[in-house]
Amino acid sequence: MGFLDIKDVTKSYGSMKVLHQVDIIVEEGEFLVLVGPSGCGKSTLLNMIAGLEGISAGEIAIRGRRMNEVHPARRNIAMVFQSYALYPNMTVKQNIAFGLEMHGVPKPEREKAIAAVADLLQITPLLNRKPGQLSGGQRQRVAMGRALVREPDVFLFDEPLSNLDAKLRVDMRTEIKKLHQKLGTTIVYVTHDQIEAMTLSTRIAVMYQGHVQQLGTPKEIYDRPANTFVAGFMGSPSMNLFPATITIENGLPAARVSLASGHQATVPFRPGSDLGAHDGREIVLGIRPEAITDLDGADRKSNAVHTLETTVEVTEPAGSDTFVVSQLGGVEVVGRFRADVDVKAGDRFPFAINMDKAVVFDPSTEQRIG
Amino acid sequence: MSATVVAGAQSVGGERSNARWGRWGLYAVLILFAFYYLLPLYVMLVNSLKPLAEIQAGAMMALPRTWTAEPWLQAWSSAQVGVEPTGLRPYFLNSFMMVTPAVIISTILGALNGYVLTKWQFRGATVVFGLLLFGCFIPFQIVLIPMARMLGLMGIAGTVSGLVFVHVVYGIGFSTLYFRNYYAQFPTELVRAAQIDGAGFFTIFRRIMLPSSGPIIVVCVIWQFTNIWNDFLFGASFADFDSQPMTVALNNLVSSSTGVKEYNVHFAGAIMAALPTLLVYVVAGRYFVRGLMAGSVKG
Repeated sequence: MGFLDIKDVTKSYGSMKVLHQVDIIVEEGEFLVLVGPSGCGKSTLLNMIAGLEGISAGEIAIRGRRMNEVHPARRNIAMVFQSYALYPNMTVKQNIAFGLEMHGVPKPEREKAIAAVADLLQITPLLNRKPGQLSGGQRQRVAMGRALVREPDVFLFDEPLSNLDAKLRVDMRTEIKKLHQKLGTTIVYVTHDQIEAMTLSTRIAVMYQGHVQQLGTPKEIYDRPANTFVAGFMGSPSMNLFPATITIENGLPAARVSLASGHQATVPFRPGSDLGAHDGREIVLGIRPEAITDLDGADRKSNAVHTLETTVEVTEPAGSDTFVVSQLGGVEVVGRFRADVDVKAGDRFPFAINMDKAVVFDPSTEQRIG
Repeated sequence: MSATVVAGAQSVGGERSNARWGRWGLYAVLILFAFYYLLPLYVMLVNSLKPLAEIQAGAMMALPRTWTAEPWLQAWSSAQVGVEPTGLRPYFLNSFMMVTPAVIISTILGALNGYVLTKWQFRGATVVFGLLLFGCFIPFQIVLIPMARMLGLMGIAGTVSGLVFVHVVYGIGFSTLYFRNYYAQFPTELVRAAQIDGAGFFTIFRRIMLPSSGPIIVVCVIWQFTNIWNDFLFGASFADFDSQPMTVALNNLVSSSTGVKEYNVHFAGAIMAALPTLLVYVVAGRYFVRGLMAGSVKG
């Protein structure tokens, strides 16, 4: 049993199921991110943990105590909303104090707690202002202060950064991470931004169409995606997925890929791969852009780098890297080259492919098989 | 090239003078209409300040030759209203005793209804709202007889409380409509945040919703005050002599004069009856427009 148990939790509206038996155990101090496209059920799940939506089936427990029938105010949770949801008629101080006041905390203790939180978040000079007089970043801090001051068991964040501009979002992201490292609180965080998910979390649950597609550490999710949805959703640019066939070459399993020229090329899988048993099987090969590079940019520690010469279609210089678009298996494939590599559209160019990082999916079930 | 530019400039100048004439025309029409609308008020005001003899001499439009406040004093405290020479004063008070609680109660109930209909949605909420809305458009005449029966059963027939009840019932439809539409724009996340903070149903209403409802409260109060104050039908149907509102008393004043028709007193009485609604609009009118617009603009 963990700190926050989500056991076979299902949500349905009438006959329509929006969450299908979600099963997640969160340990104390974990930073769990629920990530997925809009409508995947992540916010619904968060609202169910908060008690703002009922649980159709299954159980949610915090510290071993069943929460299904417990009022939101008595679950000892705090929530930061996407719109911040600061009470517009109250000052910052009253906003932060409101929850404590409602829970009957005496005034001197309230004052002390507010001062401490304001100090932590550096909002002491703002305490007597109204939310309307604050900038987006300041409102964000106040919203976090309101959550922190309660010292809850679990913090719930509902897309807290999506109303901020790009620069501020990155700053606040770092700040939330620092705060988590400093306070060691248990956090469940909802976002549709896969970079937020990767950078903040200790574990990620990737959700789609009401199902948890994969639950794991950021590294597991990134390197060993459970299916093609997770592979395509996490990472930017997303993982290249293209059709290939398994063959045996020199006694070792390899992937045969058709090139734009009409020829076919074979690239061996990483040593020790057990895909040899699937000789002749059609697969979807998944390779991240950073595993398709120019020769000198390839990972030197990898012993499975193979070259493939093919035609460059488009180059997209991004400053730090240059993204090079080509074709493999009849679909567009993006490679991440070093910025100063001299490559032009129309060139035939050797691509270095790091098969160490390649993953293999079944084309019909879309599940990873290797 | 330059020739066309000059020609263009001339035509712009022509347009400008056209626009000026258009503007003058606009003002002329506006002034005409303002005059047209203000004329009755002028007639009432001027004649309420004349001795009766001047009116009988046929000088309706002229300013008074001798100014007198006597008609106002008579209308207020000694004119014959119905059978008693009480003036309009007691009925003016009746109207206030009816309007004040009726406005307050219907506004509070409307606010509560709007709060529940938007933030505590229940199965069938839309149907309930639809029915309330339908209530706004039921003609007064239809409810007269059932309402009379209801008031009789409740034992408040012919009293000010009875009138308050009638107006509250009739007012709930509109006040609910106002508050529901206003609260529909109010972010639901605030209510959820307050729930997590531990606030209950009424605490959220009092501490979160009401402090942000200023504009719509003003709209609702003006609307209800004007309607209830100006109501004649319910007052005439459900009130006794000692509980009649101002509008009914004014009618009695005008129709019950024994010998001569004292037009100057009637004019003074009519202005008195109209004054409170005018005053409310002048004091709170600018908030009225702001409140009506509040729904369309996000704060």
